[in-house]
Amino acid sequence: MRRIVFIFPILVFVVVGAFFAYGLTRDPSNIPSQLIDRPLPEFDLPAIQGLQDGLSTEDIKGEVALVNVFASWCVSCHIEHPVLMELTKANAVPIYGLNWKDAPGDGKAWLDRYGNPYKAVGDDQKGRVAIDLGVTGAPETFVVDRQGRVRFKVVGPITEQYWTDTLQPLIEELRRS
Amino acid sequence: MRLFSILAAFLFSAAAFAAEPDELLDDPALEARAEKIDAHLRCVVCQSQSIAESNAPLAKDLRILVRERIAMGESDEEVMDYIVERYGDYVLLKPPVQGNTLFLWGFPAAALLLGAAGAFFFLRGSKKPAAASAPLSEDDEDAVNRILDERG
Repeated sequence: MRRIVFIFPILVFVVVGAFFAYGLTRDPSNIPSQLIDRPLPEFDLPAIQGLQDGLSTEDIKGEVALVNVFASWCVSCHIEHPVLMELTKANAVPIYGLNWKDAPGDGKAWLDRYGNPYKAVGDDQKGRVAIDLGVTGAPETFVVDRQGRVRFKVVGPITEQYWTDTLQPLIEELRRS
Repeated sequence: MRLFSILAAFLFSAAAFAAEPDELLDDPALEARAEKIDAHLRCVVCQSQSIAESNAPLAKDLRILVRERIAMGESDEEVMDYIVERYGDYVLLKPPVQGNTLFLWGFPAAALLLGAAGAFFFLRGSKKPAAASAPLSEDDEDAVNRILDERG
């Protein structure tokens, strides 16, 4: 009985410590998306200043695609952009862009400078569609299946490693199903 | 008078945490409701702040959204539900009591009970007189006496 009194606090410490150690390995900015397995919310966005076509939910249906939330003010988008360019060049997967809360002209300037990997870009200047998508920051990327359902969300930049390790296998699987 | 205005400046500056002037609703009653909702919603960019406290652009968008929904005549619950539907329970600064949060809500009470039980048994145990030790054997007694004698 006496021994339990001494061992118990150590046990509690180990359990709580393990819990916190596990917590440290998780990224707090990675908030689980509410949209997983649900249809992409309906939207119909105008084109960004300088481009012809906007982006609506209808455009995205039909094949497995990425919907990428980007902005010219977004720092990590600089890391991601070359990867998106490579994917488009390799015809890997159609990518649609959602230009989030950019000043008129800034989105086009960004695409002129770094290249345009997108099949179509929608202008979400007020950020309303981003809220409907549950966007918490840029860049964020949604993987949409053939039926137009969101199947996966990437928080943060897609790197080459992330593409080969996670996204490519997932997209191939979605294409087969 | 000056003291009063300084005091007032401190007392009422709390309002500066709330919505920015361009966001405010004209009706103070509706604005008060909006501010209460803001205080319960987590800013998903800077996660330890509510959207009332945060000056992140996304928090501003959400404040405007809250006011729009209220102006449309929605109840507080409907406005909260609208945002929870998009961002999940995660945006609620006070998590709801439900299956996956039982541990969260129950643990402090359980820890208190365990601690109280532990303290009870510990204190009760310490009141008991120490068990009488076994009497010394004859040899030991002799040895003790010899040592005591030697020391005079």
